[in-house]
Amino acid sequence: MAESVVHPEGEGQDPNRRDFIHIAAGAAAAGAGVAAVWPLINSMNPAADTLALASIEFDLTKVQEGQQVVIKWQGKPVFVRYRTPAEIERARAEDSAALPDPQTDAERVIEGHEQYLVLVGSCTHLGCVPTFGTGDFGGWFCPCHGSHYDTSGRIRRGPAPANLVVPTYEYLNDTRIRIG
Amino acid sequence: MSDHESTYVPKTAFERWMDSRLPIIRFGADYMSLPTPRNLNYWWTFGGILMLCLGIQIVTGILLAMHYVPNTEMAFESVERIMRDVNGGWLIRYVHANGASMFFIAAYIHMLRGLYYGSYKAPREMIWIVGCLIFFLLIGTAFLGYVLPWGQMSFHGAVVITNLIGSIPVVGGPILTWLQGGPAIDNATLNRFFSLHYLLPFLIAGCVVLHLWALHHAGQNNPVGILIPKERQAKDTLPFHPYYTVKDGFAVILFLLLFSYFVFFNPNALGHADNFIPANPLVTPAHIVPEWYLLPFYAILRAIPDKFGGVVAMFGSIGILFVLPWLDRSRIRSMRYRPIMKVLFVLFVVNGFILGWCGAELPDAHVIGNFSTFTVYDGDLNSFLWLGRFATLYYFAFFLVMPFVALKEKPLPVPSSISEPVLAPEAAIEKKG
Ligand code: HEM
Ligand code: FES
Repeated sequence: MAESVVHPEGEGQDPNRRDFIHIAAGAAAAGAGVAAVWPLINSMNPAADTLALASIEFDLTKVQEGQQVVIKWQGKPVFVRYRTPAEIERARAEDSAALPDPQTDAERVIEGHEQYLVLVGSCTHLGCVPTFGTGDFGGWFCPCHGSHYDTSGRIRRGPAPANLVVPTYEYLNDTRIRIG
Repeated sequence: MSDHESTYVPKTAFERWMDSRLPIIRFGADYMSLPTPRNLNYWWTFGGILMLCLGIQIVTGILLAMHYVPNTEMAFESVERIMRDVNGGWLIRYVHANGASMFFIAAYIHMLRGLYYGSYKAPREMIWIVGCLIFFLLIGTAFLGYVLPWGQMSFHGAVVITNLIGSIPVVGGPILTWLQGGPAIDNATLNRFFSLHYLLPFLIAGCVVLHLWALHHAGQNNPVGILIPKERQAKDTLPFHPYYTVKDGFAVILFLLLFSYFVFFNPNALGHADNFIPANPLVTPAHIVPEWYLLPFYAILRAIPDKFGGVVAMFGSIGILFVLPWLDRSRIRSMRYRPIMKVLFVLFVVNGFILGWCGAELPDAHVIGNFSTFTVYDGDLNSFLWLGRFATLYYFAFFLVMPFVALKEKPLPVPSSISEPVLAPEAAIEKKG
C-alpha cells in the first residue's frame, strides 16, 4: 500500500484521514480484543460459592490448656491454641527481642482473651503447615525449609519473611469465635 | 540440506491424484529421503526418542483421563481404581508416571547434546529457542500432572510451587488467587490443573512442529559442527531412510528396555512414598521434594536467601538457556575443538548432578560426615545449603563466562569436511589459528 504507484509521494506525509481511520480501527479492535478476553480470564477467579465459604464459627471449649486444635478455613489450616501462662509469659518477654517482623504479643491476640492464639497455619514462606513444639523458640517449626516461630507465632529464624497471619475474627460470646 | 530437491515420483493413480491436491505423501517421502550428515552419533537419536515419549504420554494420558476424576473427594480413589479395577489400568498408569521420568532423561541428554556440539549457534538459534520453550512446557506439564493423583506430595508440592508466584511483589497475591481459583489449593485448582495438563502436551506437539520446521530449514548439525558445503553434499550426507531410521530404531529399542525395567520391575523407584497418602491440607510431609527431574531447579530456588530472589534465580536458570546463542561468541560449534569449553562442559554436567543432590537433601544437613565447620552468613559451610549455593554459582557462571572464553581459547584445528578426516586424516586437517 505504501508503495502504491498511484500516489508515489502521497503517503508518509502528515497523517491524513485514512491514517486516522487505520489507527482508530486498530485501537477499536485492540480494545474489543481486551474486552473479550477479560471475561475469560476473570472466569478463573474465585467463584461465588467459593467466596461464600468465607467465615466459620468455632467453640473454644473444645481446646484444652496447652493444646491446639487445627480447623480448616478457606482451604487452609487455622490453629486455635490455648496457651499456657508460661507461653504467654515468654511471648511477652520476647516482645523486645530482635524480631524480623516486629509485633508485640498484645497486637496478636484479643484483649481479655490472651490465652487464645488464633493463627492461619500456613508458613509465610511457601505455605507448608508448621508443627508445634519442635522449633528453637518454643512455638512452631516449619519442616519445609526450616522456619522457626515463637509462642506468639512470630517468625524468629529461617526463610519465612513474616509472622504467621492472625485472621480477622471476633468473639460472639466468651467461648465462641467467628473467623472471617 | 535446506534446499533439498524432491525426488519423489508418484507411482499409482491415487498418488498422482493426491499429489496435485494435498501433496502429503510427497511431504513424507521427502522427509525420508532428507540428506542427513553421515557422521551423526547416538547422541542424535534422542530427538526421535523424545517424539516417541510425547506420543506415549499423550496416548496413555488420554486413556487415563477416561477413568480419572478431577475432584478433591475422588481423585485419589479414582487413581487407586485405575490401579486395581480398570483393565490393565496399572500398566497404563505406570507407563504414564514413569514415562514422564523417561521423557526428562531423554530431554536432558538431547539438550546437553545440543550444548556440546554447539547446535544452538547460527543458523540454528530458532531450533534451540523453540526447544527451550518445549522444555519449559514440559516442566509445566509434569508439575501439573503430578498434582492430579492428589496425594500428600501432590498437594503440598502444589502449595509450595504456587506460593512462589505469590512472592512476586504487589501483583503476586491476586495472581495467586486467580491461579488457584480460591484462597487456597482446592477443588477449583485441581480442576484447572487437569484441564491444563490435558492442554499443554498438545502445545508441546505444536512446538515440535516448529522445532522440526526450523531444523529442516537450517539443516542438521553434526559432531564436527561444520556446515556442509553444497559441493560435498553427495559425499557427506546419507538419506534419512534407511540409515537413520534404523539407527534411531535401535536406540529406541535400548531406551524402551530401560523404560520397561522401571515399568515392570521398579515402577515406584522414581516416585515418593508420601504420595500414597491422600492429600491432607492440615498436615505437611516432613520433607517436601519435587520429582527427581526438577531437583536441580529446586536447589537453585533454595540457594537464594530471599524468597522472591529465589524465584527469579530459578526462572533465570531456564531463561538463560534462551539467550545462550548470543552468550557464546566462539565461531567453532563443536566443543570437540574447544579445549577450555570442553572441560567447563564436563564440570557443568557434574554440577547438574550436584544441584540435584542438593535439591533432594534438607538444606541444613551436612554434606560430609556429621560435623560442623564454621557458620557463614546463615548456614554452616558443611551443609547442602552452601554446596547448593556454590553449584548455583557455577551453573550461571558457565553461561556468563562464555563470551570471555571465546576470546581467550585457542581452538584445535577443525576439519574442513565430514568425510575427509576419516578418509585422509592428515591431509584434511586445515590449520586454524
Ligand atoms: C508431556 C506429556 C505429559 C507428561 C510429562 C505427563 C506427566 C504426568 C505425571 C508426572 C503424572 C503423575 C503420575 C503419577 O505420579 O501418578 C501425570 C498424571 C496424569 N496425566 Fe499426564 N503427562 C503428560 C501428558 C498427558 C496427557 C496428554 C494427558 C491426557 C489427558 C494426561 C493425563 C493424565 C492424567 C489423567 C493423570 C492422572 C492419573 C495418574 O496420576 O496417573 N497426561 N501426568
Ligand atoms: S514453607 Fe515453611 S519454611 Fe518454606
